[in-house]
Amino acid sequence: MAIEKRVRFKSWWLPWALIAPQMAIILVFFFWPAGQALYQSVLQQDAFGTSTEFVGAENYKRLWNDSTYLDSFWTTALFSVLVAVSGLAIALLLAVMADRVLRGATVYKTLLIWPYAVAPAVAGVLWLFMFAPSVGIVSYALGGFGFDWNHLLNANHAMALIVMAAVWKQVSYNFLFFLAGLQSIPKSLVEAAAIDGARPWRRFWTIVFPLLSPVTFFLLVINIVYAFFETFAIVDTATQGGPGKETAILVYRLYYDGFKALDLGGSAAQSVVLMVIVVTLTVIQFRYVEKKVQY
Amino acid sequence: MKRKLLAVSATALALSMAAPAQAQTEIQWWHAMPTALGEWVNDLAKDFNASQKDYKVVPTYKGSYDESMTAAIAAFRSGNAPHILQVFEVGTATMMASKGAIVPVGKVMADAGQKFDPKIYVPAVAGYYTAPNGQMLSFPFNSSTPVFHYNKDAFKAAGLDPESPPKTWPEVALAAAKLKASGHKCPFTSSWGSWTQLESFSAWHNVEFATKGNGMRGTDARLSFNSPLHVRHIENLANMSKQGLFVYKGRGNAADATFYSGECAMATGSSALYGSIKRNAKFASGISTLPYYPDAPGAPQNTVIGGASLWVMSGRKPEEYKGVAAFFNYLSQPEVAAKSHQRTGYLPVTIPSFELTDKSGFYKQNPGTDVSVTQMIRKTTDKSRGIRLGNFVQIRTIVDEELEQIWNGKKTAKEGLDSAVNRGNEQLERFEKANKA
Repeated sequence: MAIEKRVRFKSWWLPWALIAPQMAIILVFFFWPAGQALYQSVLQQDAFGTSTEFVGAENYKRLWNDSTYLDSFWTTALFSVLVAVSGLAIALLLAVMADRVLRGATVYKTLLIWPYAVAPAVAGVLWLFMFAPSVGIVSYALGGFGFDWNHLLNANHAMALIVMAAVWKQVSYNFLFFLAGLQSIPKSLVEAAAIDGARPWRRFWTIVFPLLSPVTFFLLVINIVYAFFETFAIVDTATQGGPGKETAILVYRLYYDGFKALDLGGSAAQSVVLMVIVVTLTVIQFRYVEKKVQY
Repeated sequence: MKRKLLAVSATALALSMAAPAQAQTEIQWWHAMPTALGEWVNDLAKDFNASQKDYKVVPTYKGSYDESMTAAIAAFRSGNAPHILQVFEVGTATMMASKGAIVPVGKVMADAGQKFDPKIYVPAVAGYYTAPNGQMLSFPFNSSTPVFHYNKDAFKAAGLDPESPPKTWPEVALAAAKLKASGHKCPFTSSWGSWTQLESFSAWHNVEFATKGNGMRGTDARLSFNSPLHVRHIENLANMSKQGLFVYKGRGNAADATFYSGECAMATGSSALYGSIKRNAKFASGISTLPYYPDAPGAPQNTVIGGASLWVMSGRKPEEYKGVAAFFNYLSQPEVAAKSHQRTGYLPVTIPSFELTDKSGFYKQNPGTDVSVTQMIRKTTDKSRGIRLGNFVQIRTIVDEELEQIWNGKKTAKEGLDSAVNRGNEQLERFEKANKA
């Protein structure tokens, strides 16, 4: 039986006053720039803004006609799926293992959380150095095994590099949530299953994993947003979208067009498209995937 | 009451002390020169400020070339632009197209009544930054040019004569083969793919990189670096890459470090690399002219500059522009320009400064430093004066991308160059449309 709790305010202005600071921040840091992006996406300007011309949907038309832009949709989709799936799988594995440890648990947790504090650009440079074809220790070791690592020219190597850097950073965050989720599962349920004769593998997939589904769903949303937006620094420092355009994810293209190529109209159009994509993905996730989540 | 009085008097004291002695006009100079070059910039400003009392140049390091450009754009849009902005050579067309944002240097000098003779500037340098009507738009400040760096010790080990570097591309291929045979893992590499292997390549062989005199004569220029000569050259490099004679080391100047670390034996790169080589290389190195194809008519002509120039932003007071003009005059003096050239490895901006350096015996004491100059102090042709293309930053990236596809074998040289020309032309068309006014 659900009891609805309603907070009643006697004054009519207090609720508004209380949420006003948060609204102010959202207005200034989200709605205003988003509005400006929408406005700039229908203009064509020179870099300094001394001449502005209204061009309607032309910036958008140009995007659809650019085959490399359509390619970058696939690149971004591949990249996000790889990052989300690997990030969640590895973090879940680590959380399950960390959950069983009794001695020295804090040490493991601290070491596993550390990468989250590293800035994305630093993470990109770190992995770039390790895998640099000439001087990186990992590429040197791979060379010893006869595997010629060259992410400058091999597209698969380049994609692997940015996925590794992105996942390494995000695993800590996922790990924290999974660990908390695991520890909130009542031990009595798992023990009951064990008494009934269920083996660990079966216990995990029929009891633990479904009870983790709220955490998994939340992390899926967060990881997708992370892969779409917060990874551009990794791409910028590690591969600059290369070789060719094989690792040019949507957000990197947007940054490049806006800040290096100084094409503000095109970049604004791309940012609007990206916003629509992520909003759609989030809506889909909340409407359909959430139905499967068991709270 | 006492506390109030104390507060009021303290404020009054602070205000009176905060008012600065406004005898000098301040001139803000935003630049992108890091570390050692940043010290050079600071010294230039310090010496100018010490030489006169009316103006004070204040240099500020704003990050890389595109970071400073972004900062200047944001500042301009909010009415706070600096007086002088250092912009890289590929941003020339963008700056020219932003007519309301800049003041041509020729006009600044004329308005200030400064004696200004455009002819004393090195033709291949000044031509890059001059409008079709002969007015100088920006002040040539730091210009480099691609040269051929080679590792003399590696040459000796491979049985090559360290004092006679390869002058033509066929000779480079032969030398690379010998280096590989002697066990060298990276015989030849190159930095700035578009600048060295296509832009300067074109000027060096007196062929067009783009139509209309490489864009100098109009925004309806289109790319033309997929001619048979260009395709032949890139195909040669692609074959060398397959055989391990040419090793691609990344975009921009990523390959520079592989030369002075000793990893790569020969490298085409900026002449301004000289300083880093002197400081870091543990081997004897040499500089030679850029290789060419002996059967191409007109080769070798001259190379194309890289680096940056100083632009004057609009919207400031006339008194401040007088200071800018005085500063540019100072930078052009033979002694100052000669000292800058000798210190940094950038080209001497004026002919008198080149002659002064020559007379002082600098080139004899530092062999190889005159290669860049001799490649540039020549009479230029219509096809070798310089390049001026809109959206050049994107075009260079497109070239980088297509070259990578060629080096890793995904496309043939012809396919890659054709694709680069088509994609680049889209950028040029867009620039032309946006600047029809």
